Amino acid sequence: MLRLEQLSKTYSVGAFGGGRLQAVRDVSFDIRPGEVVSLIGESGSGKTTIGRMILRLVAPTAGHIWFDDADVSTLHRHALKEYYRRVQGVFQDPFSSYNPIFKIDRTFAMIRSGFFPGVDGRTWRAKLEAALESVSLDPGGVLGKFPHQLSGGQLQRLLVARALLLDIRYLVADEIISMLDASTRIDVLNLLGELKARGLGIVFITHDLSLGNYISDTTVILRHGCVVEMGATEKVFGDPRHPYTKSLLASVAQLHAKWGPDEEEPALDGRPAPGEPAPELVAVDDDHLAAAS
Amino acid sequence: MALQVEDLTVYYRTLAGDVKALDGVTFELADGEIMGLAGESGCGKSTLGKSLIKLDTRMRYVRGSVTLDGKALPISDDERMNPFRFREVSLIPQYAMSALNPTRKIGRMISELLHARGVDFGTVRPELERRLELVGLDTGVLRLYPIELSGGMKQRVVMVISTLLDPSLLIADEITSALDVSTQKAVARTLVEFRDRGFVKSTIVITHDISVLYQIADTILVMYAGKLAEKGPAEEIVSAPRHPYTKLLISSLPEVGVRYEEQELSGIPGRPPSLLEPPTGCRFRDRCPLASDRCAQEPPFVQLNARHAVACWEVAEPARPGIRGEKAGAR
Repeated sequence: MLRLEQLSKTYSVGAFGGGRLQAVRDVSFDIRPGEVVSLIGESGSGKTTIGRMILRLVAPTAGHIWFDDADVSTLHRHALKEYYRRVQGVFQDPFSSYNPIFKIDRTFAMIRSGFFPGVDGRTWRAKLEAALESVSLDPGGVLGKFPHQLSGGQLQRLLVARALLLDIRYLVADEIISMLDASTRIDVLNLLGELKARGLGIVFITHDLSLGNYISDTTVILRHGCVVEMGATEKVFGDPRHPYTKSLLASVAQLHAKWGPDEEEPALDGRPAPGEPAPELVAVDDDHLAAAS
Repeated sequence: MALQVEDLTVYYRTLAGDVKALDGVTFELADGEIMGLAGESGCGKSTLGKSLIKLDTRMRYVRGSVTLDGKALPISDDERMNPFRFREVSLIPQYAMSALNPTRKIGRMISELLHARGVDFGTVRPELERRLELVGLDTGVLRLYPIELSGGMKQRVVMVISTLLDPSLLIADEITSALDVSTQKAVARTLVEFRDRGFVKSTIVITHDISVLYQIADTILVMYAGKLAEKGPAEEIVSAPRHPYTKLLISSLPEVGVRYEEQELSGIPGRPPSLLEPPTGCRFRDRCPLASDRCAQEPPFVQLNARHAVACWEVAEPARPGIRGEKAGAR
């Protein structure tokens, strides 16, 4: 299990780093194998920072991330490499995730030299083909190509395949379909559903409520770095309790339901000062927490 | 009719040859109509929007005509087009954030902009202040630099500037795509309000997000690979689409309430054709479940009724049993 415990991150901002911006504030939740947890929030809500902390690209200011029984921030060398065999990320822009002058084979060969130096060619090839097949790509059709010869959907699947090569158990998917076209994005989303069925735990970061609703088991709504509401997806979407969640849901453009008349904007606090505690979460139902407001 | 576009064809010049981004596009826009222009990236929707106001240096006008309020727009002639820009045709650019001059206070920038068009800032100022208040901005923003405003505020400032001279046609290019949901709703509603108050006569809203169009547009025009696929009332396009591409596209969109476990949606297999050497006939043929032999001929864009038009042989003249094409039987 991947467990986030009272995780916080404060950035230094401004010309000389004198300002403080607390991007994430006391965030705690768990990701179990075979579970999709979606982090939903508007820009500046801290959702990407949380993903980057799980991947150890950013160090937390306070709090811990536990992977099984190890504190992720204390991992070094061999232990860190083992962590990356288990936990990988895929990001928003598939076009900038690749080295444009390397063919896809070479991108994958780097995984082989980094993580599987002892594996012989045939075993590697079989492993590679299995990974590509599990993301519905034809190995012959993609391996000899340069990134610019492939579509965004194909590139994004290749990144997932690259993560699968490492026998990962958790995947951080940060806005992985927001740059894809409508007709292909649903296939990448369904791919996450298949990975989940194979027992992968997935952190799905998005600003799009309908995508989070479609794929996730658990939903975490973030605002200004704090969790305002979390719990089982059907409860958060079906019975939202926090005024912010309600206003988000009322603002989503839906296909078969028109926006209601303009409601009063809920009076919500601004971003709390760095160091202030996050509003406390209270249980409003089984597996459904909301911040007191 | 506010706008009539007839057989408009615009190519992009590239080293590899002409990219046929817009090929024989014909449609009309009524007075007061908000038309959504939808399609995936590379379908030509932004090219169409740009063609109506300013061709960029890579774009080559091939043929076609554009008529606005009975006057022909000289879209292929950059200089002769200039008097129409801002006064008759105006654009809200995709990245409003970067559309404002960072070294000028907003008031001064507007005054310089108006001066360049031969309009006196003083006479327009009361109307400007009234409209800023209308979109929920304090007139104090005129004394601020763009960096002092949030993304949503800048977007609203740009919307007010673009429509200041009451243009006949407003083109809004992906203006809601980079915004958070609550700001998105406010910006989309402002477009409707501008039309209702007569600040603009008609509007073309370009976006890939059909659910936003469903909220605000009167009609939706769907493009695929440089050609028109379907145009009709927004309600019909969303609830009863006729073109196979529109059908598949609408059914691939997840909505709040639809969940993977209960109802797995599917995308459209394949990818759009290259527009360097576009296939003859229907360009959606290779991905279309209804494709038959006659799709090798280009389908005409035919009116199904007064308001709904579609470019598909199967819809315009459904094959009778017995003379079906080989693949059509698989339905």
